[in-house]
Amino acid sequence: MAEIDAVAHDRPNEMQLFLIFARIGLTSFGGGLSGWFLREFVHDRHWMTEEEFLNGLSLSQALPGVNVKNMAIWIGYRMLGFRGAMAGFFGIIVPPAIVIVLLGVAFAAITRFDVTHIALDGAASAAIGLSLYMGITAARRVRRHLFPLAILAATFVTIGLLHWPLVWVVLAAGFISVAVEYLRIRRKAR
Amino acid sequence: MNSPLASLATVFVPLSLVTIGGGASAVADIHRQVVDVHHWLTQSQFVDDYAIARMAPGPGSLLVTLIGWQVAGLWGAVVATLSIFGPTAFLIYGVAHVWARYRGSPLLEAFERGLRPAAAGMILAAVYVLLRALDGGWPARIIAIVAAALLLRSRVNPLLLIAAGAVIFLALHGLHVV
Repeated sequence: MAEIDAVAHDRPNEMQLFLIFARIGLTSFGGGLSGWFLREFVHDRHWMTEEEFLNGLSLSQALPGVNVKNMAIWIGYRMLGFRGAMAGFFGIIVPPAIVIVLLGVAFAAITRFDVTHIALDGAASAAIGLSLYMGITAARRVRRHLFPLAILAATFVTIGLLHWPLVWVVLAAGFISVAVEYLRIRRKAR
Repeated sequence: MNSPLASLATVFVPLSLVTIGGGASAVADIHRQVVDVHHWLTQSQFVDDYAIARMAPGPGSLLVTLIGWQVAGLWGAVVATLSIFGPTAFLIYGVAHVWARYRGSPLLEAFERGLRPAAAGMILAAVYVLLRALDGGWPARIIAIVAAALLLRSRVNPLLLIAAGAVIFLALHGLHVV
């Protein structure tokens, strides 16, 4: 796949941005929302570069707060500043929040059927594919050097296989990794 | 401070600060507060809400919206939602702002490069954990891998993949495979 570093010039307005986030919020069954964002804003519309997107993704993951919401604010801010951030925040939260309340009210009618659960498991499998797509995109942008690759592997193993608490892993891996990169940049500058 | 709205805020605002990643890390504590401490919901009501939140589109943490609704109606839903999503929204907004301003400084560059491998590792770990947790065995894994490959190599619409996943599972169920 060609690298996408050129950004198209036509930027959306607040309403368009809100509607895009609302649509993603309302159609993302089974999760994988950040994968949807990557698809929509970077690979389809070319409104951001992969670099800009992945910077936001790393921060959204490392900072406290649900990362999908963090990511919506990051993308919105990059597009339209404060108003874009508001459009992202409300677009990704309010429409799905209304739906979940309606679902809660209608609960008995939907979950009585086994097929609902089976169809949702299938949808969730494809949604995991979206996350995998994003994970691979992020991994491909990691510097091909022993140290960053070791950080990637260590994060994967400690969280995925050993089930260590996320917060501590992110703090430790993030701190070590950022410190090493900083020293490297400093050394090069001299 | 005994109104249900105030209690919802005092439970969910602190929780919002400890959510990292998908928000799944906070579910255990939400359960403890809602069921054991405040007795807002019974164990089985909570499990039902959790199932609904998983099936609903949008961020999984909207679980708290549903809980807020059940505890105190419309305003309960609003307060719970703003409590879990609001405080940290200012944080990322501030960081996005600073980022745009100090772009290219060595420290930011170190953050960008340093956090990336950790973020990639976290996402891949989440994929691994989810695939193991999902009932569906090999068909689920194959669908996920094929979906990822299609997304990387073509311009297929993700919604089509989600729908295809659901249809394939229903068909397999018809054949008694899953």
